[in-house]
Amino acid sequence: MASIRIDGLTKVYPGDVTAIDGLDVTVEDGSFFALLGPSGCGKTTLLRTIAGLEEASGGSISIGDRDVTRLAPGDRNVAMVFQDYALFPHMTVTDNIAYPLRIKKVGRSERAAKAAETGEGLGLSALMARRPGELSGGQQQRVALARAMACQPDVFLLDEPLSNLDARLRLEARTFLKRLQKDLGVTTVFVTHDQSEALAMADQIAVMEAGRIRQLGTPSEIFRRPANTFVANFIGSTPMNMLPGKLVGGVLQVGALEGVDAVAAGWAGREAPDGEVTVAFRPEYARVDGKGPLVFEGTVETTESLGASVLVTARTDDGQRVQVVVPEGEEPEVGAVVGVAPASGRVLVYDAEGELLSPSSSVP
Amino acid sequence: MRTRSVVGRLALVAFLAAVLAFWALPMLWLVTAPFDSQPGLDVSWPDWTLANFQKLSENPYAFSSLQNSVYLAVGTMLGVTALAALAAYSLSRVRIPGRNGILYGLLLLSSIVTGTAAMVPIFQLMFQLNLIDDRSGVILVLTGGLLPAAIFILKDFMDATPKSYEESARVFGASPTQVLRHVVLPIVRPGLATIAVWALVNVWSDFLTAYILLRDPAKIPAGVVMYTFYSEGGQANLPLISAFSLVYALPVVALYLFVNRRYGFRFHGGIKS
Amino acid sequence: MTATADRKVRSNREAGARAGGPVDSIDAAGLGRARAAGLVAPALVLVLAFLVVPAAWTVYLGVTDYRLTGIQAANPEFVGLDNFTAALADPDFRNSLWLTLLFVLGSAIVGQTVAGFALAWTLRTVPKLVRSVVETLVLLAWILPSSIVAFLWVAYLSGDGGTLNAMLQTSGTEWLLEHPMASIIVFNTWRGTAFSMLLFSAALGAVPPSQLESARLAGAGAFAQLRDVVLPHIRGHVLTNTLLISLWTFNDFSPYLLTAGGPNHASETLPVFIYNKALYGGQLGYGSAISFIMLLINLVIALFYVRLLRERR
Ligand SMILES: Nc1ncnc2c1ncn2[C@@H]1O[C@H](COP(=O)(O)OP(=O)(O)O)[C@@H](O)[C@H]1O
Ligand SMILES: [Mg+2]
Repeated sequence: MASIRIDGLTKVYPGDVTAIDGLDVTVEDGSFFALLGPSGCGKTTLLRTIAGLEEASGGSISIGDRDVTRLAPGDRNVAMVFQDYALFPHMTVTDNIAYPLRIKKVGRSERAAKAAETGEGLGLSALMARRPGELSGGQQQRVALARAMACQPDVFLLDEPLSNLDARLRLEARTFLKRLQKDLGVTTVFVTHDQSEALAMADQIAVMEAGRIRQLGTPSEIFRRPANTFVANFIGSTPMNMLPGKLVGGVLQVGALEGVDAVAAGWAGREAPDGEVTVAFRPEYARVDGKGPLVFEGTVETTESLGASVLVTARTDDGQRVQVVVPEGEEPEVGAVVGVAPASGRVLVYDAEGELLSPSSSVP
Repeated sequence: MRTRSVVGRLALVAFLAAVLAFWALPMLWLVTAPFDSQPGLDVSWPDWTLANFQKLSENPYAFSSLQNSVYLAVGTMLGVTALAALAAYSLSRVRIPGRNGILYGLLLLSSIVTGTAAMVPIFQLMFQLNLIDDRSGVILVLTGGLLPAAIFILKDFMDATPKSYEESARVFGASPTQVLRHVVLPIVRPGLATIAVWALVNVWSDFLTAYILLRDPAKIPAGVVMYTFYSEGGQANLPLISAFSLVYALPVVALYLFVNRRYGFRFHGGIKS
Repeated sequence: MTATADRKVRSNREAGARAGGPVDSIDAAGLGRARAAGLVAPALVLVLAFLVVPAAWTVYLGVTDYRLTGIQAANPEFVGLDNFTAALADPDFRNSLWLTLLFVLGSAIVGQTVAGFALAWTLRTVPKLVRSVVETLVLLAWILPSSIVAFLWVAYLSGDGGTLNAMLQTSGTEWLLEHPMASIIVFNTWRGTAFSMLLFSAALGAVPPSQLESARLAGAGAFAQLRDVVLPHIRGHVLTNTLLISLWTFNDFSPYLLTAGGPNHASETLPVFIYNKALYGGQLGYGSAISFIMLLINLVIALFYVRLLRERR
């Protein structure tokens, strides 16, 4: 078990494609760490570079106290689970799980015993003689995990571990993976493009864009206070409300909303310059009862059921759309006039560059 | 509508009957003549004797020629499969400088330099190398001729195999040789089998190369020895030729039936298209 | 691996590619370039020795008066383009070129293509047993050793009790002597149709059944379906097939086993002509000049083919 330290890591593919761009991050020992970002942002590349499958173009990677930047993949004591699991189709489950031990020249009988033990821990006992082609997606995933566990690595690397499962299985597998990681206590880095997966499973999330980390934090930090508009847009199952506004002398003005022309706010911390800003709040953190410091009057356009709650979309008089999630049964009629009011302390303000301005939680 | 479909069915049946006759009739002789006590060039109901095979077994060159064919076919098959597998693997997985050029060149070469177009210089080359009348020389020439296409087909197979298999093995610490032995070769086995069968059938059927490069009757393979089964007066020795043809054809038929049963004999997913 | 699992992995791959997964890493196998080059080398050496060197040698031999025996065997002289001008003036060569063209047109472009397509088309709908019997026969004709099939046809076409004469009631006709070109053209159609049949079967299998069905619903007959739905789909296959079988037929040596080019050069296609001139007649220099011309023709066909492949990638 070990932490992972990455300093100034750069990866440039032939053809001048910069997939990782001077990235620094530390993954704590024993943590479950998610690399989250849209496709093509360099998540897989980062994972493969940690594994040693891609050579770093610059910077360094340490696992524990060892600098592994120039080591061959087999010498890093990491285990990787590939997106397609990469189970050897010509080997039985036992032989697949025992393969890392075979490379380590462990004797045949000891190998089989160890494979049986690992397999049992993951509920694979009945399948040990089958080949991967005869297993369901979920079973294949567990075999791949068992194989990774069998070599007792310092670090697990998982590339989109759930993307090949169907929706239902995916939820089960989330819970299963999270418990397994806690039981084993092995430092685990997993890649996903699904924000809900990262929020649900990870201890720490790094949100990536174009080869850089845009925000690093716990799931709740990332969900509540996205550090920039990129993260704000990316996180959340319903899109964040984003409205243009202005900041003048520490006073926030949101658009030309009738009835709400100015909101006073005590912007603590960072000195806020005057200028264009974006005002953002999550649909989950707003109500339609018109009570609060900031109220957007609008007409309800659509209501969509999300199961236990309802997504209400209202259109304000100056043409902005705002969305609110309300409990089931409390949704207004389509055509009704409502006052959308974000909860106090949940309004975020981003400057013209898209960086978060309001570190305090005080919107009076 | 009905009459049209009846006419259509009749036309279909007539067409199939013609097809069957066209392909089957020339082959009948191969089934009847070997078992006829007096085989002629005609097809007639045989009197089911094994005398021709008796004569065949007494012929000194019949058996040795089959042995030679086996030697040439197996030797070439091993050479082509092994060398093509190694070359295709590294061409598929590693971007060697000039890789596309090599592949393009191989494709062109294998189409252009055919046995017939190159028979003169090949004869000449083997003459200079003192490899006339040497079976290993024939194996070398046949291997060189079959390799480009074999590399091409195998590279297709390897390209279609996910790289994550090898990468997975590498992360577990497998060396390149172990990756090759444990993972790559077993996974591309169907491709290797295809190439092996293809090379076997090709060499087993070969006439020209052996005909040009081998002189000694004790060294010539089955395809060539048939043309020595003539009497002094230039008359074809039909009992011998018919029995020998059948024996010589059987391995190909067996191989065909095996491959057809096991894999189905058809092109998949545009291999050649 | 079962078919479904196979399909699954493939769709994962596609998903990976779409999600911007590693497109083409430089060295997935971890071999290193030196070792990789070492693995390619043995194959390349053999190819070099037995394909490239001979090809280059034809050029060299073609400009000498090299012979198998005699003074010129020990001491060949440079004769420049004499062999080529001699070839172009040689009526036997021109005759041979013409016959080769006939052979390729008749047996490959017409015979094998038409028969192969007709078989692929009709065999889709016939009972399985009929289908496998026909396929087996056609395929056997393709893979049986050439010495055997040549002898089978010698027997079949023989004037002395041959089966064809018995069928047609034309007793005594020596087909190979009286109609040598027709004989080898029919023979080669019989021998080589399997490839076109397989290729067109695969191509027809890839035509979406829904398109055929909607054409049928719109009332299209068999011919209209062929023209409007099938042909546009398999045009590329037709071209591939034509180029490949033309190349193979052009280089085919088996007419030698039927007629040896005779009677009196009447069926002497280029490969047979080269054999008779160079290896049988001993004029290696002259034979090489003709070989070189053959190589050039092969090159033209192959370049077409490679271009086609590249366009379709
Ligand atoms: N082998 C490669 N060669 C060149 N470019 C690559 C290669 N692999 C990935 N890339 C590029 O690097 C970027 C990051 O890719 P990747 O790490 O696979 O993204 P992600 O896993 O986040 O979807 C993409 O722009 C991708 O096209
Ligand atoms: Mg990825």
